[in-house]
Amino acid sequence: MAVMTYIEALSRGMWEEMERDPSVFLIGEDIGAYGGAFKATKGFLERFGQERVIDATLSEAAIVGASVGAALLGMRPVAEMQFADFVTCGFNQMVVNAAKTHYRWHLPVPMVLRLPTGGYIHGGPYHSTSPEAWFFHVPGLKIVAPSTPRDAKGLMKAAIRDDNPVIVLEFKYLYRRIKGEVPEDDSVTPIGVGEIRREGDDLAVITYGSTVHFALEAAERLSQQEGIEATILDLRSLAPFDRDLVRHVVQRTGKALVVHEDHLTGGVGAEIAAWIAEEMFTSLDAPVRRIGAADVPVPFAPPLEEAVLPNAAGIHAAMLDLARY
Amino acid sequence: MARIEVVMPQMGESIAEGTIVKWHKNIGEAVRKDEILLEISTDKVDSEIPSPAAGILVEIVAKEQATVAVQTVIAYLETDATSAAGQIASGQIHPGANADTTSSAAGAAMNADAPAPTAAPALAPQAPPADAPLPRGRFYSPLVLSIARTEQVSMEELEQIPGSGEGGRVTKKDILGYVNARKSGQVAPVASRGPEAVSSTAPGAAASRPPAGPASAKAPLVRGQGDQVIPMTNVQQKMAQHMVASIQTSPHVAAVHEVDMTVIVKHRSDHAAAFERSEGFKLTYTPYIIDAVVRAIKKYPLINASVEGTSIVRKSAINIGMAVASENGLIVPVIKHAEEKSLLGIARAVHDLAERTRARKLMPEDIQGGTFTISNYGVFGTVFGTPIINQPQIAILGTGAIVKRPVVINDAIAIRSIAYFTMSFDHRVVDGMLGGMFMDSIVKNLEGFDAGSEIK
Repeated sequence: MAVMTYIEALSRGMWEEMERDPSVFLIGEDIGAYGGAFKATKGFLERFGQERVIDATLSEAAIVGASVGAALLGMRPVAEMQFADFVTCGFNQMVVNAAKTHYRWHLPVPMVLRLPTGGYIHGGPYHSTSPEAWFFHVPGLKIVAPSTPRDAKGLMKAAIRDDNPVIVLEFKYLYRRIKGEVPEDDSVTPIGVGEIRREGDDLAVITYGSTVHFALEAAERLSQQEGIEATILDLRSLAPFDRDLVRHVVQRTGKALVVHEDHLTGGVGAEIAAWIAEEMFTSLDAPVRRIGAADVPVPFAPPLEEAVLPNAAGIHAAMLDLARY
Repeated sequence: MARIEVVMPQMGESIAEGTIVKWHKNIGEAVRKDEILLEISTDKVDSEIPSPAAGILVEIVAKEQATVAVQTVIAYLETDATSAAGQIASGQIHPGANADTTSSAAGAAMNADAPAPTAAPALAPQAPPADAPLPRGRFYSPLVLSIARTEQVSMEELEQIPGSGEGGRVTKKDILGYVNARKSGQVAPVASRGPEAVSSTAPGAAASRPPAGPASAKAPLVRGQGDQVIPMTNVQQKMAQHMVASIQTSPHVAAVHEVDMTVIVKHRSDHAAAFERSEGFKLTYTPYIIDAVVRAIKKYPLINASVEGTSIVRKSAINIGMAVASENGLIVPVIKHAEEKSLLGIARAVHDLAERTRARKLMPEDIQGGTFTISNYGVFGTVFGTPIINQPQIAILGTGAIVKRPVVINDAIAIRSIAYFTMSFDHRVVDGMLGGMFMDSIVKNLEGFDAGSEIK
């Protein structure tokens, strides 16, 4: 085990896969000589050379499109968007070409799209987007959302090895904020499998990414102050999400709160809440509740950003309400 | 192999729900097709329901006293014996729906034509107000209901579990705590809603409550040796609820008028024999009274009305309810569109309804839609009473015994057949002037009856 930051773990995952498989290559803006906007690929150019660490033109459409083409020809591209916000320029390539090719021609598209995601970094409306709901809706794409260094590496490796186009949500807030133990071996985190981060019988919080940490903080406070014990389920993968584990925690507690950083309306949480209501109605002891960002662009001013995005205090209040229901 | 659903039957077009009175079969018992499987009650009409198929009763979803919507599944039959055994082993009595009390019709306990004596509700002891109402409408989460089903916690028990959730809601913990307490013997399961079911309960849990009515008085239960506990029938329970509800809804005012029935008495006795020969049943005073009332309503149609919120709804049809005593309790069948019927037509309708009431062959529609009720307690010798309004109507006429009395006519004393009629009316919407004029109209219709007219 090595202790490393979230972003170091992501880098480590890419590095190991590039060492293991010569068909894996990186493409993105300023990822070579500069080492990437967040330095996730620092040192890669020196180790793997220009053929496998490609500084692309300033065009997300070109980066994603080239990745789709290379994947069709048997390569395993790992494409980086500098910020998830910019993926909209490559949106058509993702949702039309990457997502539907296997369905239409039986040709796999084993590419990875890395999306530095979300807020809490005072990045303002153009650098704080949570893009998952756009892609969650599209059949043919997988989405992973690691919340720990261990899973950052494990899911990166799993994504690169998967024959489907996989989107890796990298939570910028977590990049250098959290450290954790990461296995040094070749272990991967399987896609589509969630993990219970905390056990409790009173209610279940179903979440992923940055908000896993806020939920854990809120749960600890709730335990110490109120004696209320919450289960925290970290989904880790959104598409597909771990329905068995969601079912398990809802049936165990009878109360579910779905939390994500993304906007509430039409978010991933809406689908999960709807599915719970459909499938587990008779297991529910309270209405399914959701927490997400307010339906406004993420503001630049720190106090406003704080007000718009979910935080531990808000999650704590919602958990308390739900527990008392 | 087939598992067959037994549903609450639709007993009439306007019937939305029914109450399970009695299951004639227990779980595990075989039943033939068309054999009586259960007895249900819709408002006041009890019906025996035949089994839809031959099979074994494997699951009762709606227990006795449960009120459920029509077409709701109330039980399951299994046509395959092996499969049935497995289903029975897995436990199956469901708590069922709320034993509910939604019916609205009520009447003063009076008797039109029935010979059987019955208690006159107008004179019945005033029902004390019900204990605090059962917590109906309390929300139970899907999980709490599914736990109740699995653990066979009845709705009655569920209603007694104190809720620790927001607004007193019963949470998962509450019901699981109750189930555990019950298993360890701290709580006795509630056997029935009967008045004797004052079982021990968990700390803080309310005792089992009988339905609203005389039996629910708060006075401590004192029983002497040999005292008999008689559970109220469904009809009796509903009657009790209706009486209390009516008194609480309408400020009752009674107006008493004296009626000279001499002309009517003579007309009836003149025609009695021929009438019975041609019609096959006895001619009574009731048709005369109904006819007089209908004509009075035509003159004062505001009596034929209901109160809905802040509106008065004047009914176009004149549907006269007549209180009939039956073994089963008080029932008020309704003569529909009495305004379209002749005296003979009314007489036939009265006879038909009275017969079918006693034979328990009334359809639910027969007791619905009344707009005005008449209670003829005079047949029991009652001279005058103060009947209770049959909600949602706004007036009820009670007719006392016809007795020969000396009266003054043109400054001479004469012997006449006199009766006292009482109308109880809802003083929210009927004032003394309207009530008095309406009653006077009935009196004039009877006293001015054409003695020479034929019954046709």
